[in-house]
Amino acid sequence: MSHIADRIISDVGLEAGVAGLTTEKIETVVNQMLKGETGAKLRAYKETCMRCGLCSQGCHYYMSHDQDPSYSPVNKATETMYELMEKKGKVEPQRIYEMAQMAYTECNLCKRCAHYCPIGIDTGYIMSMVRRICYLLDVVPQYIRDTAHSHSSTMNQMWVKDDEWIDSLQWQEDEARDEFPDLRIPLDKEGADIYYSVIAPEPKFRTQLIYQAAAIMNAAGCDWTMPSHPGWDNSDMCMFVGDFENMGRLKRAHYESAQKLRVKRIVMGECGHAFRSVYDMGNRWLGHKKMPVPVIHAIDFYWELIRDNKIKITHKYEKPVTIQDPCNIIRGRGLMDKLRDVVHFLCEEVVEMTPNREHNYCCCAGGGVINCGPPFKNTRMTGNRVKAEQLKATGVKDVVIPCHNCHGGIEDIIGYYDLGMHGKFIGDIIYELMEKPEL
Amino acid sequence: MTSLYSFVTGPLAWIAFGIFIIGSVYRLVSMYALAKAKDGSSLAYMSWFYGLRSILAWMVPFKSQGWKSDPLMTVTTFVFHIAFLLVAVFLNAHVVLWDMNFGISIPSLPTAFGDIVSFVAIAGCAVFAYRRLSLPHVKGVTRCQDWFALILVILPFITGVLAYHQIGPVLLMTILHVLSAELLIALIPFTRLSHALFVLFTRAYMGSEFGGVRHANDW
Repeated sequence: MSHIADRIISDVGLEAGVAGLTTEKIETVVNQMLKGETGAKLRAYKETCMRCGLCSQGCHYYMSHDQDPSYSPVNKATETMYELMEKKGKVEPQRIYEMAQMAYTECNLCKRCAHYCPIGIDTGYIMSMVRRICYLLDVVPQYIRDTAHSHSSTMNQMWVKDDEWIDSLQWQEDEARDEFPDLRIPLDKEGADIYYSVIAPEPKFRTQLIYQAAAIMNAAGCDWTMPSHPGWDNSDMCMFVGDFENMGRLKRAHYESAQKLRVKRIVMGECGHAFRSVYDMGNRWLGHKKMPVPVIHAIDFYWELIRDNKIKITHKYEKPVTIQDPCNIIRGRGLMDKLRDVVHFLCEEVVEMTPNREHNYCCCAGGGVINCGPPFKNTRMTGNRVKAEQLKATGVKDVVIPCHNCHGGIEDIIGYYDLGMHGKFIGDIIYELMEKPEL
Repeated sequence: MTSLYSFVTGPLAWIAFGIFIIGSVYRLVSMYALAKAKDGSSLAYMSWFYGLRSILAWMVPFKSQGWKSDPLMTVTTFVFHIAFLLVAVFLNAHVVLWDMNFGISIPSLPTAFGDIVSFVAIAGCAVFAYRRLSLPHVKGVTRCQDWFALILVILPFITGVLAYHQIGPVLLMTILHVLSAELLIALIPFTRLSHALFVLFTRAYMGSEFGGVRHANDW
């Protein structure tokens, strides 16, 4: 069995954070957090966990490291939160480094282990609370901390300035009008049926996705709009950092920007974590049992367009594809059937991975792990050999991946294990196949 | 010795049951109060339907991913818990106790079968111990409390079997059996054995989140 202390990775954020710690400060913060923020849920988990080890096989890190027990969910909980609770926060600063590295980079919060625990223990929740403690101690990997700072300063993940945001949308509108002469990206249209929201990496470096979304909305005749003001970014790295105060600000801004425009509902792009923030985390922090504005994921939206016969495609995608089930919208929101309906509508042949649907293996990028940046890239690559094996076993070249995080993670794995495959958003495929005006 | 027997089967038994009942109520009530105070955003999603659905799904052997992943553990868990309940409630000697002390008359297991079930329960504990000693992913997370709970559970079975088969001084073995059972009963709310109190709630909560919020199965 390896130990987290044997695989410490140098990271500026973690190192600088730990350098500023004293044992007294750790004790104070841990106890304040455990007393003030957590309750019966965490206590019952710690006490009721029989440490039977059944959760181990649920974790892709454990499976990918030849069943190294150090990576099993129960071990991660035991070595972090359970230890902090038992020692009442009396641990050395270096131990916090180890716990932070474990919680931020060796767990994707994908909750696959939930299918393996007879007692019903939510290790993802436990790891989120460890991250919260690390955040309060200011021991956070530099890259994701930086991203969270971008959120808190600019209300978007990528430091996209307010004028740059509008400029990107108008640029895409302008480009698209060459291909679709009537196309508009309506900004701030009050009372529209659809408020389309994206994550900040879309205007920053995947602008073609906004182009494609506009093409689809245009072709389907949707009454839609995009906001010109902050709140447009639905992503939320603060949630994964443990900065719940800013998580609340972000979600409030997102909901309120939609409320301000009095839209009927929000349609989110192909992203998973942002959806988690809306239905599971941010909403609870704000005290919303139901979403103040209805929010649906792109898969749901495409599914409706297909059901209502609003998408016309010229032919089906000919090459065989496989489907990645993103944890936050499949295990998190039950969209597995609709995802399959959509992909089967678009593609000739689908080769399923095993296991799939809600038992899918995580992409190893989610939970903010990819956002911890280059120092931890190998953690993701070696930590997800099982996904590479799963992908390879399908024998296909195209992977339908309706999630930004999964895209990043799986493209990396494809490169690292030399699988010769390529990821596609559903929007990519619809755009490729849809009827376009003859010019 | 006889007076000691009378003491452990009399006042001490009442004390043990008293600690168990009061302790269990205290733990459940205080945990619920804490949940109400601190876990409102979780309690709000508790659902009878999805909670019960999850409990039932996990009561089917080999239905969940967890039960499929480790057949030895699955069989042992089910067999042990069933054996434990059968012996604790329906063993003929215990049925006599129910009748004498509480006037409750319930059917009892055939003598020979009761004996076999006791051995099965001991074997179950042996498998749990084997896992803790041999499997790396269990050994690494095992702590003293886990061993304490296991020993607490196995002692009444071992002493019971010895007493029944009249190995060693019968009266002493019987007294030890009663004592260890009382210790077990009294400590359930305060050791790892408290999973007996909380498991339904943690399971129901996970089921409620997965069914009601996440729209997916949790097995």
